Amino acid sequence: MTSRTASFGLGDRLARWLHLAFCAAVFVFLIAPMLVVVPLSFNAEPYFTFSEGMLALDADAYSLRWYRNIVEDEEWRLALANSLFIGLAAAAIATALGVLAALGLASPAMPGRALVTGLLISPMITPIIISAAGMFFFYSYLGLSQTHLSLVLAHAALGTPFVVITVTATLAGFDRNLVRAAESLGAGPFVVFRRVQLPLIAPGVIAGALFAFAASFDEVVTVLFLGGLEQRTIPRQMWAGIREQISPEILAVATFLVAFVLVLMGVVEWLRGRHGHQGEPAR
Amino acid sequence: MGSSPHVEFHGVSKTYDGQTMVVQDLDLCVNEGEFFTLLGPSGSGKTTCLMMLAGFEAPSSGEIRLSGRSVQHLPPRKRGIGVVFQNYALFPHMTVGRNLAFPLEVRGISAARRRERIRQALEVVRLDGFEHRRPGELSGGQQQRVAIARALVFNPTLVLMDEPLGALDRRLREEMQFEIRRMQQDLGVTVVYVTHDQQEAMAMSSRVAVFHRGHIQQVAAPETLYEEPEREFVASFIGDNNMLRGQVLTVERDHCDVATPDGIVRAFPVHHCRPGDPSVLAIRPERVSLTRPGVYTNEFEAVVEDILFIGDHLRLRLNLCGNPNFVVKIQNVIGHSAVLAGDRVRVGWSVMDCRALPDEEGAGSGVLTRPAAPLRSPPGDATGVSGTDRADVPPSTQAV
Ligand SMILES: Nc1ncnc2c1ncn2[C@@H]1O[C@H](COP(=O)(O)OP(=O)(O)OP(=O)(O)O)[C@@H](O)[C@H]1O
Ligand SMILES: [Mg+2]
Repeated sequence: MTSRTASFGLGDRLARWLHLAFCAAVFVFLIAPMLVVVPLSFNAEPYFTFSEGMLALDADAYSLRWYRNIVEDEEWRLALANSLFIGLAAAAIATALGVLAALGLASPAMPGRALVTGLLISPMITPIIISAAGMFFFYSYLGLSQTHLSLVLAHAALGTPFVVITVTATLAGFDRNLVRAAESLGAGPFVVFRRVQLPLIAPGVIAGALFAFAASFDEVVTVLFLGGLEQRTIPRQMWAGIREQISPEILAVATFLVAFVLVLMGVVEWLRGRHGHQGEPAR
Repeated sequence: MGSSPHVEFHGVSKTYDGQTMVVQDLDLCVNEGEFFTLLGPSGSGKTTCLMMLAGFEAPSSGEIRLSGRSVQHLPPRKRGIGVVFQNYALFPHMTVGRNLAFPLEVRGISAARRRERIRQALEVVRLDGFEHRRPGELSGGQQQRVAIARALVFNPTLVLMDEPLGALDRRLREEMQFEIRRMQQDLGVTVVYVTHDQQEAMAMSSRVAVFHRGHIQQVAAPETLYEEPEREFVASFIGDNNMLRGQVLTVERDHCDVATPDGIVRAFPVHHCRPGDPSVLAIRPERVSLTRPGVYTNEFEAVVEDILFIGDHLRLRLNLCGNPNFVVKIQNVIGHSAVLAGDRVRVGWSVMDCRALPDEEGAGSGVLTRPAAPLRSPPGDATGVSGTDRADVPPSTQAV
């Protein structure tokens, strides 16, 4: 009996070690390359490697010069402004469309639900190079290529599926009787939406909006196709930087982006936790 | 409080899928100030009726009227009906006070009057001082009362309640039944109430409509439903009834004779019937007595299969007249407790306590009794029964 429990315990322990080793491998191969970027971006030398001074933790080997370059550089400033503008505008459009679509899809009277859902989600599944090429020809035909509008619309289309998915997930736990109750109490459709539905699906809406923004913020392919010099976004500028003059400026931007994404993810997680907490009594 | 019609259904039918009729050709009239209950088993169409009345579903055909006016094109928000949902449907992101304020704000009522109305409504449901709690911080019974307060706070004249006590434990249920009835009477509102609990329906309602498969079986006051069921379903659904299946032999003005496997039973014909019709007899267990010979029109001897001791009464189970679960309920008084399982007893009941109803469900459950009845009863027994107030002990009973 004792030996049996012991051997059982051994197998158990082995499994745990394998599990930990697997996690460590995932970390090393997927996440460590991103983290390496962070110290390198403070390199005082214009190289992509750790200098001897850096390894010796010599303060002089570190510097903020690449960060200063970026802040002072006209092109990077334009790229940041473009990224923020296009990202925010695209996220706003994607959120409005996605919420409406999700609400419509949740209605029991909706015909052809699967078809419409598939259509709405398709930008997420189609290879981006194909949609980008398609949009390029279409917008050129309309005379819209090389405009901010074309990028906003293209990114809105790419961001909408995120909103549809997160809002649909929130609506799955939504009690339809709440809408009926509000109606019976005298509220019109707009009041029902604003005072009952929206507050309850808000976490899903915000998460979807953040995803849509992030999708636009790190998107480079459609920008390559549709954007001109005036529409360069941060990823596009990085792309140009890597091809034209390899400089640790890229690493500084990358560090900035990693920090930015971490903040976004933190917000999403926080909202998710809040939603789980609030969703309980609603059911 | 008048007796003018408040809610009318005229020939209302509803189908969701275009094939099965969930509600069929329904006529209904609820008077002002009534506590009207829709009672029926699960899936009989009660909620569907309520939802059509509230305006959330449209009838497939027929017409619904409120205070005489057709509401066909009136959306729910314009009907001014208070609705209490089975799962309460309180807004979880608002406090109790905000929940109650909602219908008042929508109607543009000033803040001062809102506060006053909310205070009154919470007083009615005895929840003063709970304004700032969230629904999630209340017990089931308290949430229930908030839901009722919210349905009443904008002073509707009609309130619909869909199994509002379904989720509560027994004691709270009984307490709330009493309180809902009190509030309804104090405020004089019309209530249409849905439940599948017949005791609840009997305790609260001024009238009850019994639903079965989308049809109304009977509409009547609770006492009438109990004492004078007109359909087989009502007899078996409301309270306990012993159901005996048989075939009508002869029909007189105020009684008819029905052949059952153990002999002929004389019964009160509720509807017009003809000799040869299949019939089902309904006899309440408490209307059957242990008896000496020659006391009742209908008397039979049978062996007590088993006895259930309930406390204030005993339930004897007999195999009688084709019903293997014929129950006799007798008061627990000195003398009766002497009955034991296996004893042969003589039971009897009067003609008026035995209602002959058309056999509507018999196709399945009556297979054994119905064809057998005419074969086994004629020889000799028929004469024995036709003499009134005489013992009738068919040979098959004695053989047991
Ligand atoms: N939205 C719907 N779509 C399709 N069928 C429905 C819908 N709502 C109800 N039904 C069907 O209609 C029938 C009656 O349903 P209803 O909800 O009115 O019953 P009920 O008497 O309220 O039952 P319960 O006591 O279980 O609540 C059921 O067979 C149900 O399956
Ligand atoms: Mg129901």
